[in-house]
Amino acid sequence: MTATVETIAGQPTIGTRVLRREDPALLTGEARFTDDLVIHGALHLQVVRSPIAHGSIRAIDVAGARAVAGVVDVVVGADLRALLAAPLPCAWAVTDDMVQPEHWPLAIDEVRYVGDGVAVVVAETREAAQDGAERVVVDYDPLPVVTDLEAALAGGTFVHPDLGTNRSYTWELIPDPAAVDAAFAQAAHTVHERYWQQRLIPMAMEPRAVAVVPAPFGGDVTMYSATQVPHFLKIFMAIVTGIPEHRIRVIAPAVGGGFGSKLNIYAEEAICLALARKLGRPVRWNEERSENSQATIQGRGMIQEIELAADTEGTVTAVRARLLADMGAYLQLVTPGIPLLGAFLYHGVYDIPNYSFSCTSVFTNRTPTDAYRGAGRPEATYAIERAMDALAAKLSVDPAELRRRNYIRKDQFPYDSPAGLVFDSGDYEGALDQALDRSGYAKLRREQQARRDEGATKLMGVGISTFVEMCGLAPSRVLASLNYAGGGWESATVRVLPTGKVQVVTGTAPHGQAHETCWSMIAADVLQVPLDDIEVLHSDTAIAPHGLDTYGSRSLAVGGTAIHLASERVIAKARLIAAHQLECADTDLEYVGGEFRVRGTPARALAIQAIAFEAFSAHNLPEGIEPTLEATTTWDPPNFTFPFGVHIAVVEVDIETGGVELVRYVAVDDCGNRVNPLVVEGQVHGGIAQGVAQALWEEAVYDDDGQLKTTTLVDYLVPSAAELPSFELGSTVTPSPTNPLGVKGIGEAGTIASTPAVVNAVVDALAHLGVRDITMPATPQRVWAAIQEATR
Amino acid sequence: MQVSMTVNGVAQSHDVEPRTLLVQFLRESCGLTGTKVGCDTSSCGACTVLLASGHDGQRPESVKSCTMFAAQADGGAITTIEGLAAADGTLHPVQQAFHEHHGLQCGFCTAGMVLAAVSLIDENPNLTERDVRLGLEGNLCRCTGYHNIVEAVLAASESAS
Repeated sequence: MTATVETIAGQPTIGTRVLRREDPALLTGEARFTDDLVIHGALHLQVVRSPIAHGSIRAIDVAGARAVAGVVDVVVGADLRALLAAPLPCAWAVTDDMVQPEHWPLAIDEVRYVGDGVAVVVAETREAAQDGAERVVVDYDPLPVVTDLEAALAGGTFVHPDLGTNRSYTWELIPDPAAVDAAFAQAAHTVHERYWQQRLIPMAMEPRAVAVVPAPFGGDVTMYSATQVPHFLKIFMAIVTGIPEHRIRVIAPAVGGGFGSKLNIYAEEAICLALARKLGRPVRWNEERSENSQATIQGRGMIQEIELAADTEGTVTAVRARLLADMGAYLQLVTPGIPLLGAFLYHGVYDIPNYSFSCTSVFTNRTPTDAYRGAGRPEATYAIERAMDALAAKLSVDPAELRRRNYIRKDQFPYDSPAGLVFDSGDYEGALDQALDRSGYAKLRREQQARRDEGATKLMGVGISTFVEMCGLAPSRVLASLNYAGGGWESATVRVLPTGKVQVVTGTAPHGQAHETCWSMIAADVLQVPLDDIEVLHSDTAIAPHGLDTYGSRSLAVGGTAIHLASERVIAKARLIAAHQLECADTDLEYVGGEFRVRGTPARALAIQAIAFEAFSAHNLPEGIEPTLEATTTWDPPNFTFPFGVHIAVVEVDIETGGVELVRYVAVDDCGNRVNPLVVEGQVHGGIAQGVAQALWEEAVYDDDGQLKTTTLVDYLVPSAAELPSFELGSTVTPSPTNPLGVKGIGEAGTIASTPAVVNAVVDALAHLGVRDITMPATPQRVWAAIQEATR
Repeated sequence: MQVSMTVNGVAQSHDVEPRTLLVQFLRESCGLTGTKVGCDTSSCGACTVLLASGHDGQRPESVKSCTMFAAQADGGAITTIEGLAAADGTLHPVQQAFHEHHGLQCGFCTAGMVLAAVSLIDENPNLTERDVRLGLEGNLCRCTGYHNIVEAVLAASESAS
């Protein structure tokens, strides 16, 4: 049960279930999302999108569109290109020889996926823009389509005929190839598995939206966007449009979920900016759901091969993983890097000395892929956790026991991983013990056996998944070694105003993660002021000029740490002012209950609020101390953080229909210290639901012609409350030594752990029938077919 | 055409195109943007509002305002999320329960989810967890995994009965 928390100045808030300050505005309709903004004189933009997956553009007839009442302008690819300084960016050239096609916001000569933009219509009303878009006539000359990854690699049909290859890059991490080969040669047991990570559509509930307000005479331009990355957006809009960066202000108003899909620089953002400048009027665009399916990035999309070598006891001695990853038609902001965020984690939580990873990526005639919740790490965890179950089955060892034998032990941390990382801290066995206990594992196994013995048609399956992720993105120097264009630090300013109230300015960009609540808790605990006296400012580049935004479970570990450190600097400055005012040495002062007290003479004290006013009035400051009480820091983490956990799924499989029901879900997560357990649990719940959805329901289905068959929420099965159970959460706390808060990150954990847990459970239910694997999503059709094939 | 209805107790009458959806009427004509549009197939429920048709004694029902024309609500009484809290700012018990149980994250589905829950509790004061899960099937949330939404609705239901 949750309860309202009374916070008292000076009492620590970290670790308590403080209710979210974001809620009242969102619960009453007061919060403004991008499409809710009232912008007088705004023109509406509609994109004309390709209905075919590949084709040359012979001609575009815009006369009909121009004739529609209210239509102001119609722009095709070549017109738009003339308005821009550079194509859309990809910030992650993972290899020096990576093949990267130019990607202009509107196709110029050739369309390469269904949904590729070919023209835009700008009109006085949304309806006129829609009517105009329907009257744009595009004459296409269809070209051959490639959607299959292996066919794409083989070549022959090219997504970009001018490049003469569909391969974008091959990236390898094989520290000692001979040792890996030797381990496989000497292995008592091996498994060789092949898995398909289906494409997923992120489906944030708020579709994307952009509104650009120019000031033609002043010269500045303000962009409102439903984005996770307002700071990235400002930089890249300057590069793409040629508008000087200092003339661009980007604001992310209330943002309705992202899950990675709003971690990008999108065509529509550049188009609205370019046309607002050209027309001298505000231009806005709001994405329809069916556009969101096609023109917003998709996630996952790869073939995985994983091999394990093990000795007679089931101790795994080597892992070899090979990926064939789907980039889609173009490289978006961080498309090439996504599979590689998992490159270091294909040994999972296991102490496997010999490591081999390679990834080849290819272009296909489909929507570009990019970051989706977990981004590379769910894929890695799926492969190793499914393969561990395959090995357990081969050895007839309980999957929990096999995991236990192979875990990196608690006393091995900090652990030098075979892939070259240093895992900060962990206790995997402790999490396993708790998860087994909470789930009643032994009892579940007995019930499973009883159902099999009695010939029940509803069988039970129990699936275990253990995981570790690298998050808290990221140490800038490590990003440099991975050829990523940017850094991974985060910025914070903590400012005590003249009346003693506090502003916290952060470079993170929340879109559901309760940063306002949690960042105020971090500052309150250092400053020892009431929570309600603190406001948190974010997501506006004019207010928070420095920031690297929100993705990769980074905001707390990196941005939260910056706030903690900035708050400490404020206190350090306040201490000098207090010592001066109280006429004592600063070492004689202790900071208690929001005031500096002279040790031994507690009556001589000065509250932080009074010090703030002294700093403001500047009438009596010590020599060398500048007016105002504020501090700015940037925190560049020395390492990633490594959250972990053990999840157990219990499913019922109806062998007559193939239907799968998730009946129980136990999750034990360790994200280090928990700033706000209420928020942590919410992140875990949501993450689990998304991961379960990949296992059982969701898939972006394309036909051989490259047509997306799942463009709406009727066809693409985002789960409702009816499909899911309540979740049973546990926790362990192993603080990270990487940052002073001891925190790790929790935004992606649930998604990473739950997909293999559920598929392991489904396969486990049917293992005695001979079923060894089921391709995701494990639909009734696929489950039923797997049963038929195994029992034929 | 002229369409008139009561929205949150206020008479609203606007000249709109016949194809105007109720959600557009609320958002664009009335300026009440708390009601959201999350899809184009009546699937997500972000646009859910309460509608009492003009007939006496009929209690409000939740409807998807993207699935009906404004003209179909002519003469009716609508409650949107902006009309749910008391005039003094006190949250409705369902809003308060969502707050206390962390039943929202990004908040985009919240208006529809809360109003669907209000209607659900009104129809059945003795809800079980299963009732809540089935009753909210028409409202999608991508953030919460529904766990805390279900807890919030059950808590609000218990305090209402």
